[in-house]
Amino acid sequence: MSFENKWGQDERLFEPIEKTGWGFRATVAILLVLVAWGATSYFRQVKYGLGVTGMAEPVSWGLYITNFVFFIGISHAGTLISAILRLSQAEWRRPITRMAEVITVAVLFIGAGYVLIDLGRPDRMLNVLLYGRYQSPLLWDATSISAYLTASTIYLYLPLIPDIAILRDRARKWNFIFRILSLGWQGTAKQQKVLNRAIAIMAVLVIPIAVSVHTVVSFVFSMTLQPGWHSTIFGPYFVVGAIFSGIAVLIIVMVVFRKAFRLEAYLKEIHFSNLGLLLLVMSLLWFYFTFAEYLTGFYGHEPEEMSVFWDKFRGQYAPHFWAMVTFNFVLPIIILGNRRTRTILGTLIASITISIGMWMERFLIIVPTLMNPRLEYSRGFYFPTLTEWSITIAGFALFLLFYVVFTKFFPIISAWEVKEGREEGLEEVDHRVRSYLPDYGN
Amino acid sequence: MARYGMVIDLKRCIGCYGCQIACKAENFTPPGITWALVLKNEQGSFPAVRRLSLPMLCMHCAEPACEKVCPSGATVKEEDGTVTVDYETCIGCRYCMVACPYGSRYFNDRELNYYGDQRTPYEEVGADPPEGWESKPRRARCTGRVEKCDLCSHRREQELEPACVANCMAKARYFGDLDDPYSEVSRLVREKGGFQLNPELGTDPSVYYLPV
Repeated sequence: MSFENKWGQDERLFEPIEKTGWGFRATVAILLVLVAWGATSYFRQVKYGLGVTGMAEPVSWGLYITNFVFFIGISHAGTLISAILRLSQAEWRRPITRMAEVITVAVLFIGAGYVLIDLGRPDRMLNVLLYGRYQSPLLWDATSISAYLTASTIYLYLPLIPDIAILRDRARKWNFIFRILSLGWQGTAKQQKVLNRAIAIMAVLVIPIAVSVHTVVSFVFSMTLQPGWHSTIFGPYFVVGAIFSGIAVLIIVMVVFRKAFRLEAYLKEIHFSNLGLLLLVMSLLWFYFTFAEYLTGFYGHEPEEMSVFWDKFRGQYAPHFWAMVTFNFVLPIIILGNRRTRTILGTLIASITISIGMWMERFLIIVPTLMNPRLEYSRGFYFPTLTEWSITIAGFALFLLFYVVFTKFFPIISAWEVKEGREEGLEEVDHRVRSYLPDYGN
Repeated sequence: MARYGMVIDLKRCIGCYGCQIACKAENFTPPGITWALVLKNEQGSFPAVRRLSLPMLCMHCAEPACEKVCPSGATVKEEDGTVTVDYETCIGCRYCMVACPYGSRYFNDRELNYYGDQRTPYEEVGADPPEGWESKPRRARCTGRVEKCDLCSHRREQELEPACVANCMAKARYFGDLDDPYSEVSRLVREKGGFQLNPELGTDPSVYYLPV
């Protein structure tokens, strides 16, 4: 197998790397401006202290922690979905996996970054390593997230090696980077075997780590005694919400790059329909967990729990709460439950509402509980300030910037895997289906 | 070992905010931060009304929820039963504030004076104590970290009661060692039905209240 032959039909995948259009430049410029604006806001915050945010007693965590939970949640889209699809040998995964894995790596940096932005003394963050006490759930987070970041970076890199080799052989500028990164890949049968094995091992390894990550994020809340947080289902509830929001963001990214890079031939209606079904299942699961969580709180009828509960159901956060239910459950069920509306446009609309809805869900888990402390006198409200909004928007811009820059260096669809699907997948699936049937031998 | 605690007699408390002010004056806390806080609560409707005062401070729990979650080890349960924050190690993540069920912790989020940019002479003392004032606690100038009541550790070193106790004009506050069964606080808790706030949380506060 050599790389000189027919990349003809997959040539399109390398086009965005080799040609820089005005669209790319404009996007990067806009994103850079947003990120720079966020950075200015952050420097202001460092200079004047966290007093420039809206956080004050009793609400000591606000938008930053909301963003932290949301971004770490999105990271589950990638590596987890890709690993599950790979292990279940879902052939339609081939054009999707890389897009998903990049989301994970990009978003984990930003998610973890929000915790650091939230610190009153970022200059002392190494104290966590120097004097850290492992009984604090925040340290469990640090461990789990760094393990996940490591594992998903490796998991992104491994399937990238053959594609890097292709780029190396295409002899373009900055060739030496690709020569180093391709690790001498020649595409021999032995190399291919080792690579496939490594990918399989990482896929298995990455699933428990991914599950642990959002479980531990939920532990930050559920280990405290605060009303509305102290719940045993918080771990799985957060994991479900994470995968849910992750798939939604993945679909949005797919639609954007399908349009921008003209990948219609690769990302077809069927991919969106399949992911849409997955999204539908996650929406139902999310509703199930939400229902169980709130019914348990309501039935027990503890006064502290109830003040949080009513704040969400008919109090000052009622508009947000019911918007969240509409965005996360009602609209997705209507759109995705119907085959005729489960089109690319339909899944895109559902994904956008879910992304907004899940962000609101994270906000609604954190803020109403803090606004209704156990001792029932309220001592303040929470209105995020311009600084917090700027840094929030900058986080999203930074995510897109990472993503866009990645597509400038590497193909966003795994070229060798698509080729493998074409050359070996068809036969393998044919053989596999035959082995399921009674009429054929083993 | 000792377990320093406090008993607050709600029947004697007249809700004068004396403890709140005494604490501020003693510990030089900036605006918005009140280690000792008096809460007011109205019960019933006119004409059958009653107004209650509940003086708050850090409960110095035996099982502190804040100490458990602190990732940097800044919050420590001392051997004398008090819970303290090391201003030099605190990273300002505010997890302890989220975990504390009593809302007793405060975040020092920025450099703030009572009257504009200029410090008052008294604030000057807190920021930079002159000769002879070393026994007073310095108003810790670093911002971005959590702070709270430490039962006036500097006064206890000189065998004095905490400022809120010494300044209570209704003599509603008692300070002592809860581990000593013959101390005044232990006796009051035992004989007058002393209760803790939210005992069901298992935090076992060292601040007891006597019923109205």
